[in-house]
Amino acid sequence: MSLTLEQVKRIAHLARIEISDAEALTTQGHLNGIFQLIEEMQAVDTRGVEPMAHAQDVSQRLREDAVTEGDRRAAYQVVAPETEAGLYLVPKVIE
Amino acid sequence: MNQWEVVIGIETHAQLATVSKIFSGASTAFGAEPNTQACAVDLALPGVLPVLNKKAVDCAIRFGLAIGAEVAKKSVFARKNYFYPDLPKGYQISQMDLPVVVGGQILLQVGQGDKAYEKVVRLTRAHLEEDAGKSLHEDFHGKSGIDLNRAGTPLLEIVSEPDMRSSDEAVAYAKALHALVQWIGICDGNMQEGSFRCDANVSVRPRGQAEFGTRREIKNLNSFRFLKEAIDFEVQWQINEIDEGRKIQQATVLFDPDTGETRMMRSKEDAHDYRYFPDPDLLPLVISSDWIARVQSELPELPGQMRERFISEFGLSNYDATTLTANSEIAAFFQLTVGIAGKQNAKPCANWVMVDLAGRLNKDGKEIAESPVSAAQLAGLILRIADNTISNNIAKKVFEALWNGEGATADEIIDKQGLKQITDSGAIESLVDEVLAANPANVAEFRAGKEKAFNALVGQVMKAAKGKANPQQVNDLLKKKLAG
Repeated sequence: MSLTLEQVKRIAHLARIEISDAEALTTQGHLNGIFQLIEEMQAVDTRGVEPMAHAQDVSQRLREDAVTEGDRRAAYQVVAPETEAGLYLVPKVIE
Repeated sequence: MNQWEVVIGIETHAQLATVSKIFSGASTAFGAEPNTQACAVDLALPGVLPVLNKKAVDCAIRFGLAIGAEVAKKSVFARKNYFYPDLPKGYQISQMDLPVVVGGQILLQVGQGDKAYEKVVRLTRAHLEEDAGKSLHEDFHGKSGIDLNRAGTPLLEIVSEPDMRSSDEAVAYAKALHALVQWIGICDGNMQEGSFRCDANVSVRPRGQAEFGTRREIKNLNSFRFLKEAIDFEVQWQINEIDEGRKIQQATVLFDPDTGETRMMRSKEDAHDYRYFPDPDLLPLVISSDWIARVQSELPELPGQMRERFISEFGLSNYDATTLTANSEIAAFFQLTVGIAGKQNAKPCANWVMVDLAGRLNKDGKEIAESPVSAAQLAGLILRIADNTISNNIAKKVFEALWNGEGATADEIIDKQGLKQITDSGAIESLVDEVLAANPANVAEFRAGKEKAFNALVGQVMKAAKGKANPQQVNDLLKKKLAG
C-alpha cells in the first residue's frame, strides 16, 4: 500500500497541519517508507496470535469514584491567552 | 405514506451516575461556575494520564446484565480524533472495536389501551466514553466561550439496531431505555440537564424492499417530544425528496424545535474521519467473572421480572403489568399501595394508580413522585371501597379531598364529611318509599314497560341519600318494591 499526494494533503488537513506542495512530496516519501516497513511486518505469519491493544500485556488499573481534584481555575487560567467570566475564549466556532 | 416503510435506529448518550469524571478526580456535579470542575486531566495539560473510574465500569456492567447482553471480559479504549475547542486533547476517549457491552434487547409496549402492542428492540452495543465541554457562542465580542466542566463526564453510548418502524416506536424505545437506566441506578435521566440525549438514524424504503434506504442522522434530541417531531418531519421530507426524483444523501442534521424542521449540519463528503486507534495511555479493560457476578447479585428486580411477577402474583393483565412497571416510581407506588391494601385488592389498586391517580397527576402536570396523595392514603381509600364503607363514586370525591389535603386519611375525610355509605336496609327502604311516593309518574311509566324510568328512580333515591346509599341495595330494594 502507498499513499497518493492527495491522501497526504487530506491527512494534513484533518490534522490541521499546514503543508506546502514541496513538504507534501517529502512527507509522502516518509510515510510510504513507513508503509513499506509495515508491509514487511505483515508478511510475518501471525495466525493464532491474539492482537494486542497495548504494548504491555497488563490490564487497566482503576480508581475509586471519588472527587480528589478541587477548583484550581485561577491557576489554570493564568496561562490561557484570553478568559472572561470564567470561560476560556477562543476564535468563534459554530458548526 | 403507506407505501413507505420507516426505519429508525437510535444512539443514546446516558450520563453515568458517578460523582467524579471517567478519567479524572474532578467533580461531575451539574451547574457549577464555569471551569471550576475542570482539572489538569480534563484540560489536557501536558504530562497528564487518564485513570479509569471503577464506578463507570460498574454502571456499564449493570446495564449489560439488565438487557441480557454480553459483558466483554476484555474491552479497549480508543482515541476518536477531531478538532473542536471544547475538546482540548484533540481526541475523545471512546471505545471502537471492542466495546464493553455487546448485544442485548429491550421489550417495549407501544401505544395505549386496546391499540397497545409489544415489540422487542435489539441492541447492537454499549460503550464507555467521555463527554466534551460546552461552547457558548453568544456575548463574547465575536469569540466563543469554553466551559470544560462537562469535559470528561462519563457517558454510556447505547446503540440500537435499526428495529423501529415509526416515530411512536422510537419514542417508546427511548422512554423504555430512559426508565431502565434510572431503574438500575446508572443515570439520573435528567433530560433538561443533558443526562440523557438521543441521536436518531432515519431512513425510508418502499414497503417490501429488503435493503435499507440511505439514512440521515438527527443529532442531539433531548426530549421525547422533539424526538417524535424531528422523526416525523424527517420522514416526510425524505419521502418528498424521493417522490420528486431526488436521491437521499447521507448526512448529519440538526432539529430546530422552533421551526419543527431538520436542517443539514454536514454531508457525507465532509463527514468526520475520526482515525480511531487504541489509546496508548489506557490499558485494556479486563472485567473478571467475579466482578460480573457481584454486580449481578446487586441488581434490583428488573422491570421484565417484576412484570412477570405482577401477572403471576396479582393476576394482573399483561397490559396492566407492563404499564405499572414502565418506570421505577410507578412500580414502587403500586407496590406500596398493594402492600397495604392487600393482594385481593390488586386489581383496584392497579386501576386507581393507572387511571385515577395518573389522570389527576397528568391534569396538574405532576410526576408521581410529587403526588399529594401517598400510597398509604390511596390504599386506605381502596380498603374503604372494598369493605363497602363507600361506593366507587364517593371514593372519587374522597380522592379529590385527599388530593386537596382536606384530611390525612380517607377515614378522616369520610367521617368529617359524612360520606359513609348507607347500608342499613331500614334506612334505604324508607328512602325508597319516600321516592316512590313522590314520583308516581315514574312508577307508572316503569310499570308500563319503560326501563328508563327505573334508572330515574334509582337516581332519585341516590340523590335523596346524597350519593351515599349502597347502589346495589338500592337497586335490589327498588326492584322488589316495584314488583310487589
